[in-house]
Amino acid sequence: MAKVFSPTWFNERAPGLKAMYRKHMLEYYAPKNFNVMYVFGSLALLVLVNQIVTGIFLAMFYDPSANIAFGGVSQAFASVQYIMRDVDWGWLIRYMHTTGASMFFIVIYLHMFRGLMYGSYKRPRELVWTLGMLIFLVLMAEAFMGYVLPWGNMSFWGAKVIISLFGAIPWVGNTLVEWIMGVVGGTAPSGATLNRFFALHVVALPLVLLLLVVLHLAALHEVGSNNPEGVDVKHGPKGNRWSPDAPKDGIPFHPYYTVKDIMGVGFFLLICAFVIFMAPRMGGFFIEHENFAPANVLTTPSSIKPVWYFSPFYAILRSIPAKGPGILALLVSIVALFLVPWLDRGKVKAVRYRGVGYKVALTLFVIAFLILGLIGAEVTPAILHGLLGPNIDLISWQHWIGWICMFFYYGFFVFLWAYTFFGWEKTKPVPERVTSHE
Amino acid sequence: MATLGLLFGAATASAQEAGTQLMHSGANVRDTASLQRGAKLFMNYCSGCHSLHFMRYSRIARDLALTQQEVMDNLDFTGGKFHDPIVSAMPAAGATQWFGKPPPDLSLMVDEKGADYVYTYLNSFYLDPNSPVGWNNTVLKNAAMPNVLWELQGIQTAKMSEAKPGQPAEVEGLTLTRPGRMTPTQFHAATRDITAFLEYVSEPAALERHSMAPWVLLYLAAFTFLAWLLKHEYWKDVH
Repeated sequence: MAKVFSPTWFNERAPGLKAMYRKHMLEYYAPKNFNVMYVFGSLALLVLVNQIVTGIFLAMFYDPSANIAFGGVSQAFASVQYIMRDVDWGWLIRYMHTTGASMFFIVIYLHMFRGLMYGSYKRPRELVWTLGMLIFLVLMAEAFMGYVLPWGNMSFWGAKVIISLFGAIPWVGNTLVEWIMGVVGGTAPSGATLNRFFALHVVALPLVLLLLVVLHLAALHEVGSNNPEGVDVKHGPKGNRWSPDAPKDGIPFHPYYTVKDIMGVGFFLLICAFVIFMAPRMGGFFIEHENFAPANVLTTPSSIKPVWYFSPFYAILRSIPAKGPGILALLVSIVALFLVPWLDRGKVKAVRYRGVGYKVALTLFVIAFLILGLIGAEVTPAILHGLLGPNIDLISWQHWIGWICMFFYYGFFVFLWAYTFFGWEKTKPVPERVTSHE
Repeated sequence: MATLGLLFGAATASAQEAGTQLMHSGANVRDTASLQRGAKLFMNYCSGCHSLHFMRYSRIARDLALTQQEVMDNLDFTGGKFHDPIVSAMPAAGATQWFGKPPPDLSLMVDEKGADYVYTYLNSFYLDPNSPVGWNNTVLKNAAMPNVLWELQGIQTAKMSEAKPGQPAEVEGLTLTRPGRMTPTQFHAATRDITAFLEYVSEPAALERHSMAPWVLLYLAAFTFLAWLLKHEYWKDVH
């Protein structure tokens, strides 16, 4: 009996486990020159686990019902306050979940930016990028539905507006809106909407998300990690201290990158804890003021806008003053990201060896994305008034800035294709090997 | 489809939302004495009409360093039990008949509108013979609420601008025409206490999170430092 829990006993009965641990940790040889931009994959996984664990506890106390608890307040809304006040440590669990949602997007946006910077989407990693983009898409749906659950006034009106976007699809639009809302006529979300969004948020989408994350990692570990030099260590010389067949410039993921990532986790948790304990609302960006009013079909919020992480896309949607084209532009802005591996024909991966054109275009793309975010979050009026005085024509200023930013956003993809397709890019010589690490 | 109109119209609506200049409340939720005074004022002047459905008497006792006896004797005017939430005794149907709509629950008012809004609102009532309740407010125009604190504050009247053709006259400023039991300084302090109390009610957990924050951050800083040492040690042999 004493031998039951020995490693041998276990390995004989589950032969795949040890092999899997070796393949993905001990004998996954990652390039030794990862910089700080390479920490966001691990951090995204950490936040995902945080969302699942805190989410399980929230689901124990949250009540997905739009029935009235008292005077115009739904049971869903009241149960969130119950968690905040009467459940032991409920406030901490909820703030970890709300802060986690926003941090998830910060981490994912930086992770995607890293991919663009070092050409991590290029051959042979196209599938890694595509799966990552699918994760981003599911994450957006997951975040949107989670935002609806507290059934505050912004939850309600936000849901109404976002669901109604599907109404613009020809022929099936209105049926689709009815089907998503679960409301005959599809006029406004109801208790039925809340119930199905809860089911999707806590069961369906997390399952899809987990599956995609497993596939994303499996695809990555099949081809190996890229690095800031954009050199494939797999194609370099062989033989390191651990194995004669392993890449010479690779080091085992465990323990080298596990200890390095733990350090990153420490820094990251410091930032998260600061938000959770000092400013969980982040001035109305992580938790919006309007959502402290219960859902009310008679009171429209002064302005309906999504949470900050959707604001660049929301700005694109609103910059075009017609519903069909606006939604199309929104769609293209996301589809274009999916296509990056095939738009970019350049052979050089890392931005440091690419042509000036790419560096300029990527910088403008990021700036445009950030400014669109400011416009979508409706903070530009204050900034413009501060910069240009109180008597400016705000609407047209915002309009033109929005259009310029959209030019650089879409322009990035068009330029990327033309720049590499016609061979205009003047690249620098790429070294043979990864020689140093930070 | 009509909803999309909302979406595209929203930009103009928010741009026009100018609003009154808000005063700085200076409310401090960590000042327990201020919270106690605010609770007393709230229970005496506000709880007749406004509920705090999300706040229990017992929680107030715990957080404001009061005994059950003190809370039940001095703060509970609704007839609720110690562990009950603070629910106004005013019947909803009557309230709708008297004020046009039931007075809102104030549990989350500071979270929704901000402390400065609540503070400025409490200081901005003026006598208005044209209003159904006899009062008006510069922060919330045509508010359905009379100035319940008038005997403390006194009576303010508005200095109106000259009405331009086609536009109603605007309030230019408020002057205290009849003093109340408090001086303006005392009244500011009293409304600051009420605001602080309502800010506390909006998020009682704020007291806990503020007191825990330094320890959590210190712990994580130590953890990160150790993690850095560990990384440094392991990476010594990577060249």
